[in-house]
Amino acid sequence: MPREGDNNGSRGEGVGMSRLQLIPKYPREKQVMMNLNGDEAIAYAAKQSYVDVVAAYPITPQTIIVEKYSEFVANGEVHTEFVPVESEHSAMSACVGAAAAGARAFTATSSQGLALMVEILYIASGLRLPIVLAVVNRALSAPINIHNDHSDAYLMRDSGWIMLFAENVQEAYDTTIQAFKIAEHPEVQLPASVHIDGFFLSHTLENIYTLPDEAVYEFLGGPRKIPKVRVDYFDEEVDYALNPARPLSFGSLALYDYYFEMKIPQLIAINKALDVIKQVNEEWYELTGRRYGNGLVDPYMVEDADIVLVAMGSGAGTIRSVVKKYRERGLKIGLLRVRSYRPFPHSDIRNLLRNTKLVAVMDRAIGPGQYGALYLDIASTLYHERSKPILVDYVYGLGGRDLSPDMVSAMINQLVKDLERGYIPEEERLRFLGVRG
Amino acid sequence: MATLRSWREIPHGGVAFRLSTDVKTGDWRALRPVIDQSKCTKCMICWLFCPDMSIIWDGEKVFVNYDYCKGCGICAHECPVKAITMVPEVRE
Repeated sequence: MPREGDNNGSRGEGVGMSRLQLIPKYPREKQVMMNLNGDEAIAYAAKQSYVDVVAAYPITPQTIIVEKYSEFVANGEVHTEFVPVESEHSAMSACVGAAAAGARAFTATSSQGLALMVEILYIASGLRLPIVLAVVNRALSAPINIHNDHSDAYLMRDSGWIMLFAENVQEAYDTTIQAFKIAEHPEVQLPASVHIDGFFLSHTLENIYTLPDEAVYEFLGGPRKIPKVRVDYFDEEVDYALNPARPLSFGSLALYDYYFEMKIPQLIAINKALDVIKQVNEEWYELTGRRYGNGLVDPYMVEDADIVLVAMGSGAGTIRSVVKKYRERGLKIGLLRVRSYRPFPHSDIRNLLRNTKLVAVMDRAIGPGQYGALYLDIASTLYHERSKPILVDYVYGLGGRDLSPDMVSAMINQLVKDLERGYIPEEERLRFLGVRG
Repeated sequence: MATLRSWREIPHGGVAFRLSTDVKTGDWRALRPVIDQSKCTKCMICWLFCPDMSIIWDGEKVFVNYDYCKGCGICAHECPVKAITMVPEVRE
């Protein structure tokens, strides 16, 4: 059920979305309410997405996803080939093989597991295989920690994957189904990852609305559609899939003569995903009545705001509730939640932050020797604006440290002072929220 | 080698657009196996061991496909009657 400050999943404000009430194809009374945690919601979404192959290797806090999926397999509820592999490297390799054979493939991981998977992530995107990966974000060792921050996600920042961050369990369910549609779009054909915050979402029960199986099946257009490819040695176009009857070489060697050319279509495809994510967000809205901003960014009271906080993931819920309280007291403040981290929605963010006086970027990870990763992306977006807002980076919540409303309030009080002063000195542009001094 | 293609002409996923047999992998060979047909007993042990399927049997005699032979020398090493010698490649 929606709580105060939660994203109720129906806003499209500030991003050119219609505010007219729409009657969805599946209104709430036709949906099924289920009490699921974030991991179970993702497993259930994958089940409904008619996945052909699931590769599974356990790691906290992701384990529930593949554990739950193995139950669906054991109960005969799915047709999926379930491959319990010996490592995350193998999990992604199995998905690459399955997707190259034309299957719809899914796996899930966290933290150290994602680190081990990174090598194969680049292969999945380079081969244009629309695999879906659930990443339950968890801090990286050392020191060893099983709780949430986003440092693992940044390992895959430049891997060529579409990266979507969910704020709550409902969005985790919705985004997982959407991810298959986005990844498999004919003009995209790239792998996509769905990120949820470890424990905050993965292990937290929430009542969510789910669609009937047939609605998801119809939304995805049935099983995966395989694109066609033209090569010199076949007279006609053939399926881009491994098939002994029409053999193709996947992952061939391309040196200084062809590597560069082979990367360009991949870059075009991920930028194309900006439109596709928006489009799928709207289709989902028409189907379920739920949408998340314009799919790329989810702004809250940003339009006339002097101060805007930028965040990703579950922390946005807490921040939104505090922002709402400050708004009631008359402070012009807003929240901009980034939902699509890759591709990064530069133009949407620039349009939303154009008239802002101060932007505080909230990074749930550190970039040693540098500002946080999200800060850098926002800074690069704002650089070309004639009048740039004051920009400050807040690192918070490392290793699962809670982000309390009091911490957000203290931060906002400081930002009000900064705005009065009119600048933030260089040595203060990277601040730490909630660390003992 | 044909003209290099632009990125617009690369097939989806960078799948190999020409047959791998078009690529003459024998051009980096330093040593060339030469079969002395008078010693060869046609036992086909060289054919069995060749990792590149470069030993050819045409129904009468054994010979080497130099388009793909990389000159590893396994055939010469395995030949029971020492009919194969490895001769240095020289630029003509």
